[in-house]
Amino acid sequence: MSTASTIVKLPPQEGATLPKKSYLNSEYGLKSWLLTGDHKRIAILYLISITFMFFVGGAMAGLIRLELLTPQSDLMATDTYNKVFSMHGIVMVFLFLVPSVPATIGNFLIPIMIGAKDLAFPKINLLSWYLYLAGAAFTIAAMVLGGVDTGWTFTTPLSTHYLNTHVVTAGLGIFIAGFSSIFTGLNFIVTIHRMRAPGMTWFRLPLFIWSHYAASILMVLGTPVLAISLVLVILERTIGIGIFDPTKGGDPLLFQHLFWFYSHPAVYIMILPGMGVISEVISTFSRKRVFGYTAVAFSSVAIAVFGFFVWEHHMFIMGVSNYSALVFSLLTMLVAVPTAIKIFNWSATLYKGSITFETPMLYAFGFLGLVTIGGMTGVFLGSMGMDIHLTETYFIVAHFHFVMVGGMLMAYLSGIHFWWPKMTGRMYPEQVSKLAALTTFIGFILTFFPQFILGYLGMPRRYAAYPPEFQVLNVLSTAGATVLGIGYLLPMLYMTWSLKYGKIAGANPWQATGLEWQIQSPPLTENFLETPIVDHEAYDYEWLANKTQHEVQTVG
Amino acid sequence: MDSQAIATSPEHTPSVEHAHPPYLRHHFETVEQQREASSFGMWLFLLTEIMFFGGMFAAYLIYRNWYYPAFVAGSHQLSIVLGTINTAVLIGSSFTMAMAVYSAETRNRKALITYLLLTITLGLVFLGIKSDEYHEKWEKHHVPGLNFSVHDFVNVNPAYPDDKPLPLDMAEKTQVYFSLYFAMTGMHALHMIIGISILIILVIKAYGGSYTDGHVSTIENFGLYWHFVDIVWIFLFPLLYLISRHQ
Repeated sequence: MSTASTIVKLPPQEGATLPKKSYLNSEYGLKSWLLTGDHKRIAILYLISITFMFFVGGAMAGLIRLELLTPQSDLMATDTYNKVFSMHGIVMVFLFLVPSVPATIGNFLIPIMIGAKDLAFPKINLLSWYLYLAGAAFTIAAMVLGGVDTGWTFTTPLSTHYLNTHVVTAGLGIFIAGFSSIFTGLNFIVTIHRMRAPGMTWFRLPLFIWSHYAASILMVLGTPVLAISLVLVILERTIGIGIFDPTKGGDPLLFQHLFWFYSHPAVYIMILPGMGVISEVISTFSRKRVFGYTAVAFSSVAIAVFGFFVWEHHMFIMGVSNYSALVFSLLTMLVAVPTAIKIFNWSATLYKGSITFETPMLYAFGFLGLVTIGGMTGVFLGSMGMDIHLTETYFIVAHFHFVMVGGMLMAYLSGIHFWWPKMTGRMYPEQVSKLAALTTFIGFILTFFPQFILGYLGMPRRYAAYPPEFQVLNVLSTAGATVLGIGYLLPMLYMTWSLKYGKIAGANPWQATGLEWQIQSPPLTENFLETPIVDHEAYDYEWLANKTQHEVQTVG
Repeated sequence: MDSQAIATSPEHTPSVEHAHPPYLRHHFETVEQQREASSFGMWLFLLTEIMFFGGMFAAYLIYRNWYYPAFVAGSHQLSIVLGTINTAVLIGSSFTMAMAVYSAETRNRKALITYLLLTITLGLVFLGIKSDEYHEKWEKHHVPGLNFSVHDFVNVNPAYPDDKPLPLDMAEKTQVYFSLYFAMTGMHALHMIIGISILIILVIKAYGGSYTDGHVSTIENFGLYWHFVDIVWIFLFPLLYLISRHQ
């Protein structure tokens, strides 16, 4: 297995034709979509619904930035502002980021990448989409009925005693959406264990699979704890039991422990699948096997394991014991190690590779830079002294937006562009999409970099008003958000355009090595005509170069 | 081009296996693979259930250490007789469930239906006794939030005359004990109700001839769920009913 890059010419696209049969035209009608068991169709259903929720959450973000244009709270009343940022957080975290890559790209690709016909439990897969819809419906209902103003964290006793808003409705929505996430994770784990094609050993799996496996472990073990803590909050609000209620002897901090036991690993549920996308994209556009495959694979699992033992760093200023804070601070820094392993290995993959700059690669570069900044500032926040100064300020807002938006959203868009030809059979327009990638990057930096400075200077988060001396940086941030908004709207437009007018892609437009590229685009309902037998490592570009074009199976 | 399409189209791929059992879903290669996948999925689901109840067990652990006297006083208000009967009923239902799985494996439809109905009955008996206990809690003003009074805890418990009455601030903490009692047994009862609903569907399907044709994994997996709910109770019973009962 050579580590040097093998230059493979991209196939000419003029000769490519759309296959006559594919999962898109195997059946027609709304019913064939709404009752489908096909993982690819469910992925498309998810793609449509999470895109909708993304724009709902994005509209909220727009309102927040508009309000913060001026130091006074003049666009909306302060309690409306509370509701807007709460809904932004709830929608973006639970209804966009958690399902983003796994439920769309992961759902579409995991069975194909391991050489299976479908996920292990197609009906449960469909059920989890319906649960997602029900969760989203409850959350939107909470918003329409008058909103919820707890922030996305549902902190007790604020959520249980002091608010008169729709906490129960929103809590139920997240509870239900949580089960959607549990079932997705469960389905992935069983599929990866039991459905691999002959010869597809664990260390021949694409790294995309490894990272989804690690994220699935977090979904399966973490989400139920969020579920029970929300159930207890709902019981406390409705019938008044006292597990978190200090007047009855309960401890509000216990809620935070339970909540962050899920919600810190949830950060890795969000970012790990994105890291999987980046591994695939960087390898393909460097034409090299991912450097240190085993290390990258195990670093995903290490992130998942360490991720469960760092939750208390969200609570350093909330009166936890100094000694436990010390331990959690140390453990928090440990997470930086597997993350750095990934970043360094990706850089080493680029080294001496034959790099080309297609749109997915541009997004991947954006991911690398932004997630590094996001990760490093995470280490600042993990050290106790710094945390006391910076927590609950805009520094923390900037930090997690660098990881979640700069990292995860870049990875998501990278993946959507990368696999768009596989999903639809057509290419997105390359020039406009490069422009969009660039716009997103510039808009992102402009939005969130000033927030680091604002936070360091002491501007607290979650307030509608701020001292006038912070206005310049806030105006910069709002301007950036506008650019960012255009950057997100562009793909929405040209991707829709490409469904009809995009160039026909052919089976393997990137000359990538994964099994998904060895079948027609878009794939057949049963993915493979016959079960593939895998006899080579992942990212083996020499194998691909020796493979002649006619071996790619196409129907029609 | 067209002839090629016909040659490789999915309808014309030569079938390797000859006789698929009707319950083998198309995306699995073998019955064995399907069975392994579904049982693995069920075990993973039970793992999520452990984490779900685990949140409450963690809360129990902390508060029992903080408010031990309140937990003792609260526990001494529960009926150990009803708790023991319920434990026996639930273990009995696990036995009948295991027998139902055995009957499915030996393809004995009549026995399968009988044992499933027995399991439903025992489950309902458990819920009946549980609701009677809840009713008693309500009458004794032991329901935090809705109907609670510290009266029983600042005075001597006639059933346990050796117990010292609690000081008022500790007596207030019995609300945490009863909050946990209702949350834990309530979530357990909810799992029983879901289980009984599924059992009813299983009985109807078993009448139609399902599960005795060699496809036992549904019954097996439901059996795992039922035993899990049973095991949760096996932990709840000593933790809630048997605190300091050695007098």
